[in-house]
Amino acid sequence: MNLLGKLDWSAIPFNQPIIMGASGFMILGVVFVLALITFKGYWPYLWREWLTSVDHKRIGVMYCVLALVMMLRGFADAIMMRAQQAVAAGGAHGYLPPEHFDQIFSAHGTIMIFFMAMPFMIGLMNFAVPLQLGVRDVAFPTLNSVSLWLTASGILLVNISLVVGEFAKTGWVAYPPLSELQFSPGVGVDYYLWALQISGIGTLMTGINFVATILKMRAPGMGYMRMPVFCWTALATNLLIVAAFPVLTATFAMLLLDRYLGFHFFTLAGQGNQMMYVSLFWVWGHPEVYILVLPAFGIFSEVISTFSGKALFGYRSMVAATMAICILSFLVWLHHFFTMGATADVNGFFGVMTMIIAVPTGVKVFNWLFTMYGGRVRFTVPVLWSLGFMVTFVIGGMTGVLMAVPPADFQVHNSLFLVAHFHNVIIGGVVFGAMAGYNYWFPKAFGFRLDERWGRASFWCWLIGFYIAFMPLYVLGLMGMTRRMQHYDNLSWQPWLVAAAVGALVILAGIVCQIVQLIVSIRTREKHRDVTGDPWNGRTLEWSTASPPPAWNFAVLPHVTERDSYWSRKRSAKANAPATPRKYEPIEMPRNSPTGFINAFFAVVTGFALIWHIWWMAALGVFGALVTILFFTFRQQEEVEISAEQLAQFDRAHHTEVAI
Amino acid sequence: MNIAVAADHFDAESLPRASEAGPAPKRVVVAYGFWIFLLSDIVMFSALFAGYAVLMHATAGGSTGAELFNQVSVAMETACLLASSYTCGLMSLAINSQRRHATYLGAVFTFALGAAFLALEIREFASMVALGATPERSAFLSAFFTLVGCHGLHVGIGLLWLTIMMAQLAIQGFRPIVERRLLCFSLFWHALDIIWVGLFTVVYLMGVSS
Repeated sequence: MNLLGKLDWSAIPFNQPIIMGASGFMILGVVFVLALITFKGYWPYLWREWLTSVDHKRIGVMYCVLALVMMLRGFADAIMMRAQQAVAAGGAHGYLPPEHFDQIFSAHGTIMIFFMAMPFMIGLMNFAVPLQLGVRDVAFPTLNSVSLWLTASGILLVNISLVVGEFAKTGWVAYPPLSELQFSPGVGVDYYLWALQISGIGTLMTGINFVATILKMRAPGMGYMRMPVFCWTALATNLLIVAAFPVLTATFAMLLLDRYLGFHFFTLAGQGNQMMYVSLFWVWGHPEVYILVLPAFGIFSEVISTFSGKALFGYRSMVAATMAICILSFLVWLHHFFTMGATADVNGFFGVMTMIIAVPTGVKVFNWLFTMYGGRVRFTVPVLWSLGFMVTFVIGGMTGVLMAVPPADFQVHNSLFLVAHFHNVIIGGVVFGAMAGYNYWFPKAFGFRLDERWGRASFWCWLIGFYIAFMPLYVLGLMGMTRRMQHYDNLSWQPWLVAAAVGALVILAGIVCQIVQLIVSIRTREKHRDVTGDPWNGRTLEWSTASPPPAWNFAVLPHVTERDSYWSRKRSAKANAPATPRKYEPIEMPRNSPTGFINAFFAVVTGFALIWHIWWMAALGVFGALVTILFFTFRQQEEVEISAEQLAQFDRAHHTEVAI
Repeated sequence: MNIAVAADHFDAESLPRASEAGPAPKRVVVAYGFWIFLLSDIVMFSALFAGYAVLMHATAGGSTGAELFNQVSVAMETACLLASSYTCGLMSLAINSQRRHATYLGAVFTFALGAAFLALEIREFASMVALGATPERSAFLSAFFTLVGCHGLHVGIGLLWLTIMMAQLAIQGFRPIVERRLLCFSLFWHALDIIWVGLFTVVYLMGVSS
């Protein structure tokens, strides 16, 4: 018996210069960062203040950092694909062999959905929701840290697949029978499955955590109809996570059983049913797109309302639309496979439901427009992203409604038209939303604003680049080009694909601008410093505390009497009136814990061992994780006390917290 | 069980509505969060149920449920599990009044009945495997073993959890955090009953009737 399972030196693709180059680059980057941290002696600080932190704000920031790094990885994949398709026409076969190209599009989709868009949205929710609710942390702070690090484990596994072994060649949906052992005997699909199972557990726990937080932990007086809209959309998103992710877990478990133990859920032999995978996958998959976009809707609502200096138009209809989308999102999944050959009635039902779900989304767009109407709009970077979103997302939404008509969908199914459509809504909706939120809440997290000029440059590059990159894909889809082609013979497609590649380069310029923006902002942070805690003249509670907020967020929990309570307090506060002396009471905050980090280490060990069939190591990993959790549950002291004097001292130093 | 809202932490009269009362007490938050976890677990089971329903007749020429299922054994399993829920309820009552020995007694009975359930299930599985009805035989058997096995796995985890909780109770006594965990355990144990009722109906009763 081989002690290392299937693992040997042939797992490392030494003969593939592109992969080795990329791996070398990645490893160098990681080594450089680790060396820098060691050299500067940052480890104790990092360990104490970040890696073991259970503070929702820190966890949120770490999620966003993960997302930004993975955006670079996913975008590198994207630009490789665009380059390949721009040249591989007719007799030319480009620079990427098919088996490598297939891994790239699979990795691109998986990374962008699970490890870029999801962590970014979860990160922003982590950061902002407890602050907006006026409370000190989420319902289960240590669980929150466990979630973060499990997501990081999944990310690590996907990136290990670049160096050791291979990634799935099945596309990011991994449909059987292609993803079964019979047709994908390598470890690629196993990397995909275990990475997503591990990070999926983390996501599910985030969902549970946030539903409990939003429904059970709000500042006194904050009734449901006084919650900021971002909290409502976060609630809807996390309800969807709780209801949808277990289906993904079950579906992947079935595929894993097929691959590891010879079960017959989706195999060709033993009367397995391949379409059942597709159906179950999209029962998760369609809610997933709303899991991604609903928080973005919430961010746009906050941004538009703040920078228009007006209360959000149609708050109640916004809430109703959000919850309607939350429910309807479970009734449309079949539109991902109209071509399966269900009866006309079934396809008709799901087509109509798909069109209906556009209605609440339309309500939201009008609400944002009416919020701006008559307002004094400040065109800051977050507002630019929001405006770019409104135009772009509406176009993407309309092409979606077009494909909701089953006969039309038959024509464009799995074509580049579809690829253009979902990039149109995901980039135009989720990425723009993430960028708006990043620019909007950055000063709250770090106490200084991001540079406006580079922010604008980044926005315009992204927006223009997006249109150049994806509008040609609509045309190509209508011309009959299907997705995931490593090369093609139809030379009339090539000019459009060259244009798309140029668009990708413009987006690259946008990403470069973003990196420059961050560096410039950090270097000139004294110039961008915000000492008020309220740089945008905000409306919701997060702006009422210091920037960056103290670990406890609010020394005294705010008492909420209406919607946009911070705004109305500011308006009614008499100029320079002495604040009434506040009565401080000692509070208890959760103690930091390395549980999440150590648990994630064992999760990576387990995942890696299972992928390579190293059974003893998998058992060791599971045992280690179990012991870690046991250790945590037996600890004696869960909380640290912060004295009233400490609270008062902080408030004196930052006389920001307006008495609410 | 015992999800009564602990109303001692806030003054209900000073606030117009429950939704405006401020953060809920920890016991409520923990139980609520655990309820949501249980719902998500039930959603996962529903996917397995759906898989079973789709593949129920995909026997690939192998044995059907009617040929394989032993009603007597399943009835005994059901009796064990339902009785363990009852003893778990008694344990909860003992915890509420902080009676340590009664709690241990309830836990021992709950554990024994749960273990008996698991033993019967394993015996059932073994007898099916002996007949050549392994999960590799057909899609139907894959779905059967996964659905029922997943429930069995939950019972096994529950037994492990119960053991750990008793150790915690012995070491730390009736601390609030231990009580909250025991509350979650009882919720978990009863949820497994609910799933078993669905499983009993869909798999065993409907499997034999068709």
